[in-house]
Amino acid sequence: MDSALIPKGVKRCPTWQFALWIGAAGAVLLWGVFAMLLCWFKGLNQTNMNDSYGFALWIWADLAVIALGGGAFFTGFLRYIVGKDELKNIINYAVLIGFICYSSALLILAIDIGQPLRGWFIFWHANVHSMLTEVAFCLTCYFGVLTIEYVPLILENRQIDKVPFFHRISHNLHEIMAVFAATGAFLSFFHQGSLGGVPGVLFGRPFAYREGLFIWPWTFFLYTWSAAACGPCFTILVTWITEKITKKKLVKQNVIELLAKISGWMIGTYIIAKIIDTWYWAKVTAPASGFNLMDFYSNNPFYGIWILILEIVICGVVPALILITEKGRKNPVMLMTGIILAVLGACVNRWVMVLQVMAVPVLTFESWAMYYPSWQEVATTILPVAYGVILISLSYRYLPVFPQEQELNPEV
Amino acid sequence: MFPFCFEWIWDMSHMVFMGGLWYALTIMGLGLTYCIGKAFYDTYMNKGKDDHHH
Repeated sequence: MDSALIPKGVKRCPTWQFALWIGAAGAVLLWGVFAMLLCWFKGLNQTNMNDSYGFALWIWADLAVIALGGGAFFTGFLRYIVGKDELKNIINYAVLIGFICYSSALLILAIDIGQPLRGWFIFWHANVHSMLTEVAFCLTCYFGVLTIEYVPLILENRQIDKVPFFHRISHNLHEIMAVFAATGAFLSFFHQGSLGGVPGVLFGRPFAYREGLFIWPWTFFLYTWSAAACGPCFTILVTWITEKITKKKLVKQNVIELLAKISGWMIGTYIIAKIIDTWYWAKVTAPASGFNLMDFYSNNPFYGIWILILEIVICGVVPALILITEKGRKNPVMLMTGIILAVLGACVNRWVMVLQVMAVPVLTFESWAMYYPSWQEVATTILPVAYGVILISLSYRYLPVFPQEQELNPEV
Repeated sequence: MFPFCFEWIWDMSHMVFMGGLWYALTIMGLGLTYCIGKAFYDTYMNKGKDDHHH
């Protein structure tokens, strides 16, 4: 039925099967939209946020998708600025994943601010002393950049490409894509960093507070570094999942291994910096505020010292060692273990820097403040996943996302 | 926020923050204008229809 829209030389599932798939994802999407409308019409009393938790599940999800969406800016940087030409075979997918991650982040923020109609206030009545203002600026601009990077792919659809004007726009955008990629890398560096800067400057929260360089706490640099390190791993992970679902090889192994190797070295250097930062914080910064390391990890039902070991050793040192070594990258099981652990590591890091920061008691008469999200918060957090599945499915079906697909699947 | 708005103050914070925002938006705007404008021109002049970017 829709065969005229499908790229030449590749095979796609029957329309009824595709419709069923989209329908299933659409049902989850509608559940999330229902919860979103409840939050908008009834207010933030639909959530379990309270005076202890001004930031909660949504902000964690926001920070996590932004970190994982960092694969787009870093892969773009490697492809267009550094000149890693092999990455042209995965850059389309990295951009698509980044587009989904950043649009999801903006959607979650639109729910979180409670009054989306006043969302523009942050641009017009900007608080120029807030790192969050800089985050909002860069996030919005970078989403614009990702849209510009995604548009040529849409214009390459078989039918749209037949229109000479659209074909030329697509061609022209490709010609100057390095400019947009450089702008994207610049914007990403600052908003990833500022997201890390937000907990790092909270001097009233010794669990998060860090010293730093000029106005930037060390978390500023660690966030940018971890996003550049773990973002490409998320791109590889989603590519792998897509390959499993479609039962096709879509990107050559040398491309995956190159990206994994770069990620491995980034994670390795990041985790060394993170260990030094943690050690200095535990030995100098936190004791200066009257806290010992174990004050942050004991006498509560959830945040044991295990979470620190999980973040730094299991999801930091281990994936770095796997991805740095050729043996680790060549073994498919080891490779995917390293990739999944790295993605998990970024998510755990964002979790502790948002949720554990809020949970830890600061004053002597306080106790641990635990938080469990309401179903509305969970549904609206799953909403972007369903949206992502739908957009990836549509893009995969109708757009030439994977340049090597035809070559890798010659029997089609 | 523009410099002619009543909230504007000529200090470093406003110049860096808002300057950065308008700088990024200008690059994106100019880039898009160039691409769309050139596409219009080329279509009108019937040039570059066989360009490939892969």
